[in-house]
Amino acid sequence: MEISIAPLNLLAIAPQIVVSVTALVVLLVGLFLPEEHRGRIAWPSLAGVLIAAGLLYYLWDRNDLTLSAMLRTDGYSLFLNLIILIAAALAILFSVDYAGRVRLPRTEYYSLLLLSTTGMMLMTAAVNLITLFLALEMLSIALYVLVGLNRAEQRSGEAAIKYLVLGAFSSGFLLYGMALVYGQVGSMALDDVRVHLLSTGSQSPVLLWLGLGLMLIGFGFKVALVPFHMWTPDVYQGAPTSVTAFMSAGTKVAGFAALGRVTLVAFSGLQNVWIWVLAVLAALTMTIGNLAALRQTNLKRMLAYSSIAHAGYVLVGLTAANRTGLDAVFFYLFIYAFMNTGAFAVLIAAHRLGSSPVAGENLDDLAGLAEHRPWLAAAMALLMFSLTGVPPLAGFLGKLYLFSAAVEAGLIWLAILGVLNSVVSAYYYLRVVVTMYMRDKKGAEVVPAPLCPALQLGIAVAAIATVFWGLWPASILNLVTITTRSFFGG
Amino acid sequence: MLNYVWLIPLLPLLGVLVNVALGRWLSRRIVAFLACLAVVASFLVALLVFFEMLGLPTETEAGGNGRERIIPIFSWIVAGNFQVEARILLDQLSILMALVVTGVSAIIHVYSAEYMKEEAYYARYFIWLNLFVFMMLVLVLGDSFLTMYVGWEGVGLCSYLLIGYWFEKESAAQAGKKAFIVNRVGDFGFALGIMLIFATLGSLSFEDVFPAAKSLLPGTATAIALLLFLGATGKSAQIPLYVWLPDAMEGPTPVSALIHAATMVTAGVYMVARCHAIFEASPLASSVVAWIGAITALYAATIALVQKDLKRVLAYSTISQLGLMFTGVGVGAYAAGMFHLTTHAFFKALLFLCAGSVMHALAGELDIFKMGGLRHKMPYTFATFLVGVFAISGIPFFAGFFSKEEILFSEFVYGNPVLWLLGEITAGLTAFYAFRLLFVVFYGKSRIAKKLEAHIHESPSLMLAPMILLAILAFIGGYIGLPPVWGLGNAIDRFLHPVFADVPLAQEATGRATLEWFIMAASLLAAGLGFLAAYWLYVRKWGMAERMSESAPGLYRLVYDKYRIDELYNTVIVKPLQSLGTALSSTVEKRGIDGAVHGLAWLTDRAGEGVRRLQTGLVRNYALLMFVGIVLLVAYLIIRRVVGF
Amino acid sequence: MPEDYGPIVILAVVAVGLSAIAIAAPALFGPKRPTETKLAPYESGKLPIGPARRRFSVQYYLYATLFLLFDVAFLLLFPWAVVFRDLAPKMTGLLIAGIFALTLVAGLVYVWKRGGLEWE
Repeated sequence: MEISIAPLNLLAIAPQIVVSVTALVVLLVGLFLPEEHRGRIAWPSLAGVLIAAGLLYYLWDRNDLTLSAMLRTDGYSLFLNLIILIAAALAILFSVDYAGRVRLPRTEYYSLLLLSTTGMMLMTAAVNLITLFLALEMLSIALYVLVGLNRAEQRSGEAAIKYLVLGAFSSGFLLYGMALVYGQVGSMALDDVRVHLLSTGSQSPVLLWLGLGLMLIGFGFKVALVPFHMWTPDVYQGAPTSVTAFMSAGTKVAGFAALGRVTLVAFSGLQNVWIWVLAVLAALTMTIGNLAALRQTNLKRMLAYSSIAHAGYVLVGLTAANRTGLDAVFFYLFIYAFMNTGAFAVLIAAHRLGSSPVAGENLDDLAGLAEHRPWLAAAMALLMFSLTGVPPLAGFLGKLYLFSAAVEAGLIWLAILGVLNSVVSAYYYLRVVVTMYMRDKKGAEVVPAPLCPALQLGIAVAAIATVFWGLWPASILNLVTITTRSFFGG
Repeated sequence: MLNYVWLIPLLPLLGVLVNVALGRWLSRRIVAFLACLAVVASFLVALLVFFEMLGLPTETEAGGNGRERIIPIFSWIVAGNFQVEARILLDQLSILMALVVTGVSAIIHVYSAEYMKEEAYYARYFIWLNLFVFMMLVLVLGDSFLTMYVGWEGVGLCSYLLIGYWFEKESAAQAGKKAFIVNRVGDFGFALGIMLIFATLGSLSFEDVFPAAKSLLPGTATAIALLLFLGATGKSAQIPLYVWLPDAMEGPTPVSALIHAATMVTAGVYMVARCHAIFEASPLASSVVAWIGAITALYAATIALVQKDLKRVLAYSTISQLGLMFTGVGVGAYAAGMFHLTTHAFFKALLFLCAGSVMHALAGELDIFKMGGLRHKMPYTFATFLVGVFAISGIPFFAGFFSKEEILFSEFVYGNPVLWLLGEITAGLTAFYAFRLLFVVFYGKSRIAKKLEAHIHESPSLMLAPMILLAILAFIGGYIGLPPVWGLGNAIDRFLHPVFADVPLAQEATGRATLEWFIMAASLLAAGLGFLAAYWLYVRKWGMAERMSESAPGLYRLVYDKYRIDELYNTVIVKPLQSLGTALSSTVEKRGIDGAVHGLAWLTDRAGEGVRRLQTGLVRNYALLMFVGIVLLVAYLIIRRVVGF
Repeated sequence: MPEDYGPIVILAVVAVGLSAIAIAAPALFGPKRPTETKLAPYESGKLPIGPARRRFSVQYYLYATLFLLFDVAFLLLFPWAVVFRDLAPKMTGLLIAGIFALTLVAGLVYVWKRGGLEWE
């Protein structure tokens, strides 16, 4: 008997390979570097990410199934991988100074960051339940460790344990859901699930429905949908800020990629079922996230809740389940990667300017920032305005597209709720701006600490991105529409 | 080259970016050089495009405008079905405007490099000036109302910033504010007009709107045209929104020359010419334009007669000349209006630059009665000013003569003899105040303060060169539009003709030689009378003007105080609005709105607190809540599947 | 197709039932004559010293984890080795296993260099 191995189309997953190989190389090279030089491995890591991004460009109009139809490299995965790589690159830039200052073991830090990135990039390409789960675990396990990497901080360890326990809990449900789906369909491939549902439709067995529901829970946990969001504030607050910046953007992209493939492809036959589940989850997520953020004085926690709320906004676009909706989701994830990582980076900068280990985390730490750091404050103000959705910044357009997609899909109540939520969110975002511009620094003398150029560059890129794509959204929307057109097979 | 037309606006924008990024570290010389280079290069590109355009056939085979091109730049906004492409509309009209804008800007940039040499915020000045050029080019090159609006607001912003350039000075800051607020009123009308266009025609791009304009109901067309014209009265300082322009003279003189005389304020005229399809669809709106223009022209000219501030005279003269242009486009003589716009840009910029030169010599003195006898001390300034005065007064063979002639002729033929008569009176008054300036400033005895006497000097060559260049243009610029009776044909009318081909009146009037000679004679008479009166009052009988003003003090004061319109606006509009605002803020807002808002905020805040309490920090509680969610979800799915709703 | 799950249900019932019986039957029917020796914890024939609930050195966990990791990972090579003869492009098969092994080696190098294999 002959067991034939399908030809390996490694080129199609070259970006993922590059990032993972970089992770291994970085890990080994870091071992042989003396401690004081380990900060330098940020640059090869960044190079790996940029090369991978270049490969994305090279692969741009491909639509390849590879590794025995386990992964699909198409516009969908390539565009989302671009976002993930942007988030990773920004996170590396933010870490150059920060990782050394809070004494993270940098070899492991960069290596895990890249491994997690690989996991995310595989997840966007996964079209099989097995790869989907493996990719999810790959990104999660790396993140569990990253979250707890700041061993000087008790909160960091606590966050890691909480994330691990609850993550395992949710993975269990995800796996159980996958098992049920496999049991009904007899195949792990998402396409087979779709074909199966085409014939049965809403008359499909209840176990398949349950499988879908449990899978939604698993992914909902990763993107922090209410009520599976409880870990988020604790973990985001406890994790090293650069990790928070990365995971808040990257994990969401990966999670939504999986949600999109599962709902829009595999379970398209049950659309009228999951639409209501997602709509309710979106409504809950937006509302609870924003309400909880209102009272926070810890900025990391506030941004954690705000990221929950943003997951809700994105879910609105997915709920619309049309092309406009997917366009909006992609556009929003793209600009969200800049806005959110940028906001966390400003906290890193504020940490640099303070003296205590938790400097930069409290609202008060930003008081008077406009006075002694006008550019930093201006960048933060831009990011906050963009997160609020103030025209003409990118965040405004993103929300506009999301909510108009909802209106187009007839979910007018959801769009109205989203707009109301944006109004509520203005309160806590603008409070940051008010604190920076209208309150004076109290107590401690301002330390004129120089900021790391890489950090400055990252923040500048993020802030400019919110302006640039607010003024000229078409440059990215054209890409997005091409991507989604191929995704919906148009 | 036509495909590189995007370079025209891009180059000034690059100038802005470079100076924003590096201006702080560069020397003043380099900052100025870069800014000038950007605009000069932009002008050269415009020139190349223009020449290439001349090589194209004027008509396509289908009978359309063969020299019109729409050049896509990028797609700007994509929101479902609403798509806005940023595109350039390149045709005879827009290239003419681009040439005027970049050409005059280039000259004034060079002048500024010297004139502003001593100022703090040197780089900032050039950044704003370059930004202005960019915005102005967006305005004239855009192919839709939206891009035009972007440029329209952009130039307004730059104007505001540059008027308030000396923001430490209270009056300059106030003038900037006034310009901004008054323009807001006009822009409001403009924006409403654009919305109305979108609401009725469903598109904002020129190529969709103008062909469809004929099908508009007369009422709609009138409403749109009048709203657009309201925008024009703001930007181009016409009655009733002209009040900001005289105050705008608080800005640096080169700015007054460029923005508040040569280019930005003519945007309204350009807009009406560009939208001629809409104005043609509404005869009523067109005649409103013509009459407002004619009345403004006469009205502003009377104020200019008695002002003592050099720049204010020029400011009122600008308002008056803009009125003349509006009369031209109002009666349907669009090409004539554009022609006068062009020549006016030359001679009015020239007059302002000369005024700047005089101020430069006299340490900023603006009162013309504290000048006098400068023609010997500043021979070049005098000579160039003389050319400017000749041009604006309509002395034959100078630029203003030809363009003014064409407008007056059109007023008579296409409009109404009364309009024409107003125009002729305005022309006479214009000649009077122009020569009055000339005589009072450059002739007679010096009335300059003693300590300034020694200071007087001719301006440096970097300032003189732009003045001389403009003087040449103000002299020969009129030959691009010779009257038909001269038999050589009107080049600019012919050039612009394809753009206005659908205007019935654009057919050249021929066989009216007698009438034309008659009108020319009348204008000559008016100009001559104006000149003689000025000569009599300010050279032969010095002091007589003062005695005359004393004999009718009430009238004199009234005119001198600009008919007290500012005061009227203040009492009728500003004050009541302020008291209304106070009333609203103290009662309605405090009690009603604040109460409601605070109540809502309190509720939201409470809800936030409630949600926050869910977050106990204990993993088991988190897991429990997750589990509750899972149970609910699973229950929903099972019930829905089994019960099947 | 819920009926397809029938065998699984039967298996679960049998498994739970058998162990329940195994625990319950002696407790119910067996004679109970406790002596001290019988009640002492079974420690491979040795006498237990000290309490069983004490802290273990974290190194035990490290060792256990590493063992598990490499052990389980290399276990995957067995099925590969069994079918290697039948793999169609043998080189591809070798390449895949090679990448897999190399990755593990990289992990081993890391652990070694970080001192994970040293016993203090």
